[in-house]
Amino acid sequence: MNETLSRTPLHALHLELGAKMVEFAGYEMPVSYPEGILKEHRHCRESAALFDVSHMGQLRVVGADAAKALESLVPMDIVDLAVGKQRYALFTNQNGGILDDLMITRREDHFFLVVNAACKAADTRHLITNIGHRCTIHPLPDRALLALQGPQAAKALSQLNPGVAALTFMTGASFTLAGADCFVTRSGYTGEDGYEISVAAEQADALARALLALREVKPAGLGARDTLRLEAGLCLYGHDINDSTTPVEAGLTWSIQKVRRQGGARHAGYPGAAVIDVQLSTPPSTKRVGLLGLERVPVREGAVVVDAHGRKLGHVTSGTLSPTLGEPIAMAYLAANHALPHHEVYAEVRGKRQPMRVSAMPFTPHRYFRG
Amino acid sequence: MTTMYTNDHEWINIEDHEAATVGITHHAQDALGDVVFVDLPAVGATFKKGEVAGVVESVKAAADLYMPVAGEIVEVNEALRADPSLANSDPLGNGWFFKVHVTNMGEFDQLMDGPAYDLLVKNS
Repeated sequence: MNETLSRTPLHALHLELGAKMVEFAGYEMPVSYPEGILKEHRHCRESAALFDVSHMGQLRVVGADAAKALESLVPMDIVDLAVGKQRYALFTNQNGGILDDLMITRREDHFFLVVNAACKAADTRHLITNIGHRCTIHPLPDRALLALQGPQAAKALSQLNPGVAALTFMTGASFTLAGADCFVTRSGYTGEDGYEISVAAEQADALARALLALREVKPAGLGARDTLRLEAGLCLYGHDINDSTTPVEAGLTWSIQKVRRQGGARHAGYPGAAVIDVQLSTPPSTKRVGLLGLERVPVREGAVVVDAHGRKLGHVTSGTLSPTLGEPIAMAYLAANHALPHHEVYAEVRGKRQPMRVSAMPFTPHRYFRG
Repeated sequence: MTTMYTNDHEWINIEDHEAATVGITHHAQDALGDVVFVDLPAVGATFKKGEVAGVVESVKAAADLYMPVAGEIVEVNEALRADPSLANSDPLGNGWFFKVHVTNMGEFDQLMDGPAYDLLVKNS
């Protein structure tokens, strides 16, 4: 493994568990453990899986003007976000493209942000450049992030602190877990109920071992994380969304609250608002959709999607064979007149046209705990 | 020694040179992870040595299957097509891919024997 790669605080634990390590976003990360991606995926859907996501960026944004300052960079309602609530957000550019997707949680005296590993350096610069004069940006490189996901996650984590059971989806609070002060949110990237746990780097290994000692919990790597999020219809930055796709094209308009739209009290005022406003009233020419394969041939990122006459309609941005459904699933950007439910299209795989059907997402139902 | 190996981590068993059996090695299936799909060649198709004769896909990635020697496909493993996980559970046995009528035995002799292949894996 390349020696210039960064390591997370759980690196030694991954090796001890026999993980297959790969490079991801400049980090040496476990893609799978000896059980393999399929079993890890199923364990997450049936019980509880522990993921090391410490490569992701964690930041604090502090100051009296922090809420308004953040709103100048995202098309989301941050000012009215209540303490303890978490929200999915998007950094946009002047063209309405997505610079990154992130999670923002309001805490008593600051906002807690989790951003993508590959974007964290650029995001930090973006924050300091644009709002560094209005609030203070504190990157948190000394914190690890663990995700405990699955229908048994609440039962498992409650054994370390029963208080976590009271959290509902997209809320967060501080808890002591295995002796460590943690900030815990009830959220994740699998479509399952579960938690993301921010913990000091030096306490991460002990906490991970305490979690793995629970009967319900097994480790899962980035491979399973990817198949789980794809089944859940969740975008992977750099693949399903990027700086040239807008939130509207990406089908993420649900994340733009009314107060930031035309007619809202804090309408616009973020990069690319003009472009996004137009698209909200006049639908754009391409749209992200889900595709379900009608034959058992996996369709991967980059595959060209065509109509029955071979005319190009778009391309696949993520794809795999769904471990839960046993059928190929994919996300693709298609011409808007084909991005309609049940529409049949064809993905070109090794010179053959594989029939696929435009499908509603998620491919497997979300099972969040909403209280 | 009737089983030989390629740099692409395939094995070929020549016991019956009218129908030599081809599969992927234990190392290959381990590197790929859970195999979920195989694309097998058509029976009767002919290939040169090194041509892509099929595809093996895991959850994570697709890999080409190369012809270890020139020849004509005489049989494919329908059980593997139906249950691709055989490539993981029994790569050297029930997880075989296809059988080939070898055109040129000279090509077979140039492949690696077991000890040479073990050394390749050890150094990879």
